[in-house]
Amino acid sequence: MIELDGLTKRFGNKVAVDQLSCVIRPGMVTGFLGPNGAGKSTTMRMMLDLDNPTSGSVRIDGKHYRELSEPLKYIGALLDAKAMHGGRSAYNNLLCLAQSNRIPERRVAEVLETVGLTAVAKKKSKGFSLGMGQRLGIASALLGDPEILMFDEPVNGLDPEGIHWIRNLMKTLASQGRTIFVSSHLMSEMALTADHLIVIGQGRLLADTSMADFIHENSRSYVRLRSPQQERLRDVLHQEGVVAVEAAGGTLEVDGATTEDLGELAARHSITLHELSAQRASLEEAFMQMTAASVEYHAHSEPGGGAPPPPEGPQWGGDRNQRPGNGKEA
Amino acid sequence: MASVPAVLTSEWTKIRTVSSTTWTLISAFLVTVAMGAALCAVMNAQFGDLDEAERLTFDPTFISFSGMILGQLAMVVFGVLVVGTEYSSGMIRTSLAAVPQRATFLFSKMLVAGVLALVVGLITSFVTFFLGQALLGDHGTDIGADNVLRAVVGGGLYMGLIAVFSMGVAAMLRSSMLSLGILMPFFFLVSQILSAVPGAKKVAQYFPDQAGSKIMQVVPDAMNSDPAPYGPWAGLLIMLAWVAAAVIGGFLVLKKRDA
Repeated sequence: MIELDGLTKRFGNKVAVDQLSCVIRPGMVTGFLGPNGAGKSTTMRMMLDLDNPTSGSVRIDGKHYRELSEPLKYIGALLDAKAMHGGRSAYNNLLCLAQSNRIPERRVAEVLETVGLTAVAKKKSKGFSLGMGQRLGIASALLGDPEILMFDEPVNGLDPEGIHWIRNLMKTLASQGRTIFVSSHLMSEMALTADHLIVIGQGRLLADTSMADFIHENSRSYVRLRSPQQERLRDVLHQEGVVAVEAAGGTLEVDGATTEDLGELAARHSITLHELSAQRASLEEAFMQMTAASVEYHAHSEPGGGAPPPPEGPQWGGDRNQRPGNGKEA
Repeated sequence: MASVPAVLTSEWTKIRTVSSTTWTLISAFLVTVAMGAALCAVMNAQFGDLDEAERLTFDPTFISFSGMILGQLAMVVFGVLVVGTEYSSGMIRTSLAAVPQRATFLFSKMLVAGVLALVVGLITSFVTFFLGQALLGDHGTDIGADNVLRAVVGGGLYMGLIAVFSMGVAAMLRSSMLSLGILMPFFFLVSQILSAVPGAKKVAQYFPDQAGSKIMQVVPDAMNSDPAPYGPWAGLLIMLAWVAAAVIGGFLVLKKRDA
């Protein structure tokens, strides 16, 4: 179990991590989600005592990282794939780590086998592809057979096979009762692997919720209507007490109604419909909406089809009238 | 706390599994011995051409260590790379995650690398001495002569200390390139030139290499050089103070800064 208490990091007058408090529990995969520059890597570096917090603390099973005598046996981390000496072989890179924590040498061969690098164990790691480097980093995290594992953006640069492998690895490790903490800026990735979600934006905690709750609250379903008789359709809907919201491309969106009801309603009033479709907002949109106010680096041109309107603050399954304009097919 | 023997073993593995260790240390040995031997051979052939003052202060031991001026540069590279590649490769984050106690980590690394540099330095020193004396022929000296053993052991100490000093500087600057860019010109040019410029001499004689190299002289003011206001052991102490300052500085930077 990892406890973050009021963790804060300032670089000059820029706040990278702001009063972050949360608990990462064992036996599940906790996703650490946030846009680029949200402070995920800084937080993870502070958890490993690589960066000194400006204030606040991190406790690992009640202890500060520096108090762990052989930390690789408690917590294994993949921070960035290239954090190894390129002139040293994969085997020797792991061997010197193992020796420093009195981990038996046979573990080196074991973890290389686990990550599928046995064939290149004696090769210098500077010749490794990004994916191989990532696997070597994961091997170093697994070396001490730790109860806690941290992965910073583990799927970055991996091919589909590698991504699939990492997902399964994390699930297997969590099912063994370990604490898995994995960061990503991709909601879709988290939806597949995480049991619990911690969302941050500009260093602040935006959400700390189970994945099931997040899906329940955010996978909004609605009906999209398009008609050449837009004004009449609106009036009719209004008369029937149905709340319709105008969306991009001259369409109307209706929450909490079925296509059957709306289709029959339009037919009764002889309104021509060009589109009548059930839509489901993706989790990615829910995440983007949540973090829109705190995205560090906005693109200058708005993406085609209309970006989600920037909400005042975190839209936590609350105001359903503000919604993304381009829902995906359910 | 981390087990110190375990961290020492780990640092030894780190050092012996990169090729830069081998080529820097072999270079230090070969360059020192070859250049020392060449100068001894030249001196032996041209002894008659030396002026009176140089002949009176002729120091066959010191002459055989002439190669150190170049050889020490390889030791500087060794010392800088031992620490600097942790930063340039990004390995430092992995290393500190494994050994979060900064003092244990840095001092274990410096101890292992320093002892290795000292051993190579001593071997270099003895080989270059005996080879030099053989080439000096009648003008040579004997290991049993007064203060000669002190000078030869001192040559090994000097090389070891140069390496540790470089490790401290690299830990302060956290970059191999920057450290080499400062240390190489300093030892090869700045220190050598300033110690020959009147006026600047007074300061330059307290530079680590100028002070430390006095331990290798058997004859005071060898080869008619300027007299120093300190003896050979005091000179080594001055160098030791520089090394201590660099090591402590490196430790403080590692402790305070984010990795």
